[in-house]
Amino acid sequence: MTPLLALDPAYWQVTTLKGILALVVVPTTAAIIAFVFLFKFVSFMHNRLGPMEAGPHGSLQLLAEAGRFLQKEDLAPEQADKRIFRWAPIVVMVATFLIYVVIPAGPNAVIEDLPGGIYYVLAIASLSVLGILMAGWASANKYALLGALRAAGQLIAYELPMVLAVLGVVIQAGTINMQGIVAAQMGDGAEIFGLPIIGNPYILTQFVGMLIFITAIQAELSQTPFDMPVAESEIVGGYMVEYTGTRFLLFFLAEFSSAFAFAAIAATLFLGGWALPHAWGIPYGAMHVLGPFVLLAKTMAFALIIFWVRFTFPRLREDQLQKFAWKVLIPVALANIMLTAVLKVVF
Amino acid sequence: MSSSDTPDTDVTEAEAVEVDELREGVVARLREVLGDGVVEHHIVPNCDVWIRIRPDAWQAAASSVRYTLGARQFGFLSAIDWQPSPWRRYMDSEVDKAVHGDEPKPLPEMTTGYAGGETRFQVFARVANIIEHWGVTLKVDAGDTDPAVDTWTKVYAGADWHERETWEMFGVRFEGHPFLRNIYLPSGFEGNPLRKDYPLLSRFTKPWPGIVDVEPMPGTDEEPSSEEGA
Amino acid sequence: MTAVSDRQKLAYLAGQAADARVNVELETEGMVLNIGPQHPATHGTLRIVARLDGEQVVQAEPIMGYMHRGYEKLTEVRTYAQITALINRIDWVGSFANEVPFILAAERLMGIEAPPRAQWIRTILFEMGRMANIILFLGDMGIQVGALTPMFYAFRDREFILNQIEAVTGGRFHPNFDRIGGLKDDLPKGWIEDSHTAMAKVREICDIMEDVLLGAEIFEARTRGVGVIPPDVAMQFGLSGANARASGIDWDLRRDTDVGLPYGQVDWKVWTHPDGDSFARYWVRLQETREASLIVDQLLDTIPSGPVMAKVPRIIKVPEGEAYVATENPLGEMGFYVVSKGDLNPFRVKIKTASFNNLSITPWLLRGVYVPDIITILGSLYFILGDLDR
Repeated sequence: MTPLLALDPAYWQVTTLKGILALVVVPTTAAIIAFVFLFKFVSFMHNRLGPMEAGPHGSLQLLAEAGRFLQKEDLAPEQADKRIFRWAPIVVMVATFLIYVVIPAGPNAVIEDLPGGIYYVLAIASLSVLGILMAGWASANKYALLGALRAAGQLIAYELPMVLAVLGVVIQAGTINMQGIVAAQMGDGAEIFGLPIIGNPYILTQFVGMLIFITAIQAELSQTPFDMPVAESEIVGGYMVEYTGTRFLLFFLAEFSSAFAFAAIAATLFLGGWALPHAWGIPYGAMHVLGPFVLLAKTMAFALIIFWVRFTFPRLREDQLQKFAWKVLIPVALANIMLTAVLKVVF
Repeated sequence: MSSSDTPDTDVTEAEAVEVDELREGVVARLREVLGDGVVEHHIVPNCDVWIRIRPDAWQAAASSVRYTLGARQFGFLSAIDWQPSPWRRYMDSEVDKAVHGDEPKPLPEMTTGYAGGETRFQVFARVANIIEHWGVTLKVDAGDTDPAVDTWTKVYAGADWHERETWEMFGVRFEGHPFLRNIYLPSGFEGNPLRKDYPLLSRFTKPWPGIVDVEPMPGTDEEPSSEEGA
Repeated sequence: MTAVSDRQKLAYLAGQAADARVNVELETEGMVLNIGPQHPATHGTLRIVARLDGEQVVQAEPIMGYMHRGYEKLTEVRTYAQITALINRIDWVGSFANEVPFILAAERLMGIEAPPRAQWIRTILFEMGRMANIILFLGDMGIQVGALTPMFYAFRDREFILNQIEAVTGGRFHPNFDRIGGLKDDLPKGWIEDSHTAMAKVREICDIMEDVLLGAEIFEARTRGVGVIPPDVAMQFGLSGANARASGIDWDLRRDTDVGLPYGQVDWKVWTHPDGDSFARYWVRLQETREASLIVDQLLDTIPSGPVMAKVPRIIKVPEGEAYVATENPLGEMGFYVVSKGDLNPFRVKIKTASFNNLSITPWLLRGVYVPDIITILGSLYFILGDLDR
């Protein structure tokens, strides 16, 4: 590793590299999630095989799909507000890119280790709502409008439980910096019940918080059972109904790479992210290489939960969704915070 | 083939036909309520009953049969055009002309079915009593030209769509229907398709290839032939 | 089998009323939403014009006729055998079940009775058509509320029944197998054992659906109390089949009328449910499917031997008369009112289909429901476009 560190690149070179990395990472993660879960996992659940033709076991299907979307005609509805129509998917995509900025994949492998790590993520997550509203309104289509309005209500409502669930973790970790949260779970001195063997993954102490967070993510990603905005059997695609070609590809990629991003954040907050417990004695240098793989494994575990739930349950109606968020999730999250705060002070 | 009102005629037939008490009771009860409104009836024993109602008693018949007789289950409502079709079976293929001959034949007389009828258009409706397990077909004369009867929607709400269909297919007006308009056909459709004088256009655009047997009768080894047959 | 509690009913109504009050206060203008004719949820080309106030329906009206094929006009120029081939396509998922009432009506007019073996096999194929149809519904209802997976299981297990129907008749969906006086052919060898296996599979899929959907909390939340039809209204509109039985009306044409099919010789049960909501309709259909498989099992064990076709004249001229025969088809009560003048073809055939009556209740039923509930209700009423539009 030392020859690399001796390079000392200039700031602009580092920034360019990080930018390219972000551009590459987003479609790649979307592709991984889409292939593993959307094509193969759901197919096995449905007692079928899924795509098998493109590449070995259909692994290049996404390339084929991307190619298909890219070569389509650039259409917009006649009465649509063209400029907002064009910018909506870009807004959603930008929000997704921005989330990847703070996810750490190793001791130094983070695009920018912002001090306000998780706080920054929660703030950026609201940006995609704006994109969805733009898409729904500018489509000049009543189905799109219905979908967008449902999305607005739902996504805003479920951000609160997400924030409150994260707050429990933050109280326990003592920091909102992502690397700091990882270090608090798996670093030196992290122990649970006096046993340092598995570190202190917050999934054990913040189990309720984790459940709330997973539920809130499911809603933020508009996955069943919270997929009213895109309720396919009713409003046929919701806010995405008028989009084709490249713009639809942007929405598609944004959806799946957001899924990966949120799962990675859940892995970081609750399972310890890229780190393995300090007690295992793995040399610091090795984590530079192992870190991304560890993070990938933990992320796939959370993504499995998300997509398994997605393909099993029917969808909740909008008013039931809202009731669930306001009357169940938020009170439970508040109780969780109070309990965490008390226990933190006591212990 | 409509019988008279008394059951005596049935007993004098060659086979001993039993009296269907259930259905005779239905007719008797309806006659009690409507009196003159019941014009004729026909019973096929242990099978079914047809009752013809006088046109001005049609709506009263609906409420009687629903409330007094307890036939709360609505079946359907439609119409029959008793005039024979001037095109018969549209047989115009060479094969059929060879069988029928080519000369135009006179149109048969207009006859009506069970429980009689006096006009070309007859509206009929089916209701059932699901507790006593019987159903009855009520018929009413609608008229020869510009047929019209009272609506049943005030008694059976389900008759709404059935009357709309009868309106568009036969041109029968239903007095008192909330909004009589087409249900299957696009608005602005001209003509009433199920009337006998409305031609089946597909038979004119493409001539019927004729009746050709493509499979022998079950249980026989006969060759398929092109005689007139099923 | 808990009924919707009064408290839950009140809560639903209160929610709707509150929404309506807000809409009035804000003086929002209604939005007219066109659902269909091309839409994943409407079982075919049906168009529903809904005037919405926010997410609530103020007025909804189905517009049909996109698939109207003019069956009643066509039957006037076709012979009885040709009509049998035609009417297969009315309820295209119910395969054999469409032919039965028409053939029975023609047999009644002719005074012919089919031999017992033919009646037995007719009933078995009829019940198989019912199972094929309703298993599709069981999976389809899942899609209407958003669960994609059960549909694949339903389609996979339907294949067993369709294979059986194909083995006898040669056709999975349009068998064209019934003839006046009996059936076209006898059963192939080994069919009875295979059918027993298929019935076991049907019971399996019913258990799966009961677990996956009926047991799911979210499914219950979406369907309980949604689209409640009181029994009196159901009878007024002429609802039949499982829709009527789910409102508590104890009426089944298989048990209550005698058209010659051997239901009286089999030990079976009619399922009803008191609630009348979408959950009840799903529940009743699921139990009926299981019951149908038990009926077929018993019938398979008691098929009498003998001919499958009675002696009928070569040229079938049905004597003059009128007959109405209705049977308990998968979708409801399907009846044929045949008017004959002693000719080769009928004089008038009125086809009474269940979906027409079932759908006629929607303008009444859809007032004040939410948009997602429209889809749930339409899915639970279960109509097929061919049956609706004829």
